[in-house]
Amino acid sequence: MKPLVPVAPGTRTVLGVAFFVLFVAVWAAATFGGLVSKTFLADPLTMVQSGWTLLTKMGFAADIGMTVWRVLGGFVIAAAIALPLGVAMGAYKPVEAFFEPFVSFARYLPASAFIPLLILWVGIGEAQKLAVIFIGSFFQLVLMVAVVVGNTRRDLVEAAYTLGSTDASLVRRVLIPGAAPEIAEILRMVLGWAWTYVIVAELIGASSGIGHMITDSQALLATDQIIFGIIVIGLIGLVSDFGFKQLNRKLFPWAQLGR
Amino acid sequence: MAGPILTVRGVERRFGPVNGGTLALQATDLDVAENDFITILGPSGCGKSTLLRIVAGLDHPTAGTVDLDGRRIDGPGADRGMVFQSYTLFPWLNVLDNVCFGLRERGLPRAQQLEQAGAFIAKVGLRGFEQHFPKQLSGGMQQRVAIARALANRPRMLLMDEPFGALDHQTRELMQELLLGIWEAERTTVLFVTHDIDEAVFMGSRVVVMSARPGRIKLDRVVPLPHPRHYAVKTTPDFMALKAELTEQVRDEVRAAQSAQATA
Repeated sequence: MKPLVPVAPGTRTVLGVAFFVLFVAVWAAATFGGLVSKTFLADPLTMVQSGWTLLTKMGFAADIGMTVWRVLGGFVIAAAIALPLGVAMGAYKPVEAFFEPFVSFARYLPASAFIPLLILWVGIGEAQKLAVIFIGSFFQLVLMVAVVVGNTRRDLVEAAYTLGSTDASLVRRVLIPGAAPEIAEILRMVLGWAWTYVIVAELIGASSGIGHMITDSQALLATDQIIFGIIVIGLIGLVSDFGFKQLNRKLFPWAQLGR
Repeated sequence: MAGPILTVRGVERRFGPVNGGTLALQATDLDVAENDFITILGPSGCGKSTLLRIVAGLDHPTAGTVDLDGRRIDGPGADRGMVFQSYTLFPWLNVLDNVCFGLRERGLPRAQQLEQAGAFIAKVGLRGFEQHFPKQLSGGMQQRVAIARALANRPRMLLMDEPFGALDHQTRELMQELLLGIWEAERTTVLFVTHDIDEAVFMGSRVVVMSARPGRIKLDRVVPLPHPRHYAVKTTPDFMALKAELTEQVRDEVRAAQSAQATA
């Protein structure tokens, strides 16, 4: 091994899969070997079996759908407001001076700590779940988008002006397209965080969703179901992350060059 | 010949506080006539780029005025195209769309954009590279696209800030010939900043030498070489004589700059 030398794509896949295999092997050894009591940790086989039961007999698919819907809903609302605001803050310094201190403060407010308050305000319905995800992702999005837009290369801005750009067309034709790939990366990252918030929101005061299933299973000491729920979340995260990456590659081929 | 199209009058640029601070450019006057190719030569930090940026409208003078065709310059505009030393092609646009950028800003119909851009891409010898992204091109090719992008906009003047400064020697010489050939055909008025004396003499119809900081114009020479110029002109006695004189002048300024730095 040499530092920073890239690895062949085939080897990369093998190595990546190898760790999953190792992980499950250690897990299986610990549980089947009797090192860990079944009460605390179910073995992989039981987990898969009860997962199947959950999906086929207990309507877990609807829970998954519910959770996905909540994440996407809250995230889309947050992004729809955060993107224009972030771009405006990055492009126009007085706008940034106005919002930035508050947003910087607000992003450290833990979204999960708002849950009791949100239950009080909007009840335990969907609005509460969406609001948790909104609070968790909105402020992060705004700040990161503003930074990326604000970091636009000054020489590109000057070049655009000498080509006749107006202030408005500079934002539309230089600042936004130049920042777009990084904004897409930010969206991908923050979507990952939104997943952690939705589960927290569902652990408290929900009647459906993956988080709700996990709380129910806790009462029954069904660690197999809990683990299955957690793995499902991980898988969905992995898939959406992969999808996002592929989409970015397709949308911004120029940003992949020279990497 | 008609009067100057660009007049620079008493332009001064001070950085920092009004009293004190650094005087980068001191009371500079310059007239540029239609079809002139003026090269501005001077040691680094002499304010030659500052002067160019003020003409571009990207920097503002602390005193004095700049007029283009009798209109006061107070900001950048499409009438003064610029080629920078750094590579400033928009990385998200391919070669064709980079060259179309200014034309699209002017609201030209797409067909006309393509026609005009195509013509200038051909002039800089990059036909066949229209769909390439900037990162897929060498530095010299990127600067050729930058020249095509600036010229396609049909500016009144072309401002060039050491456009070949980051290129290797051989590429630089080829670029000089390419640009000179285009200028001989188009006769766009050019203001070209460089610290390379060969380049200044070979390209310019007039060479302006600037003094060390605070910058001012120290010498203004017409280049007595006929057009079209072939690269072999670099070995003629006229070229050598002017180069020798300018070398002396620039050396003095570099020395002055160094001793000023030593005492500072």
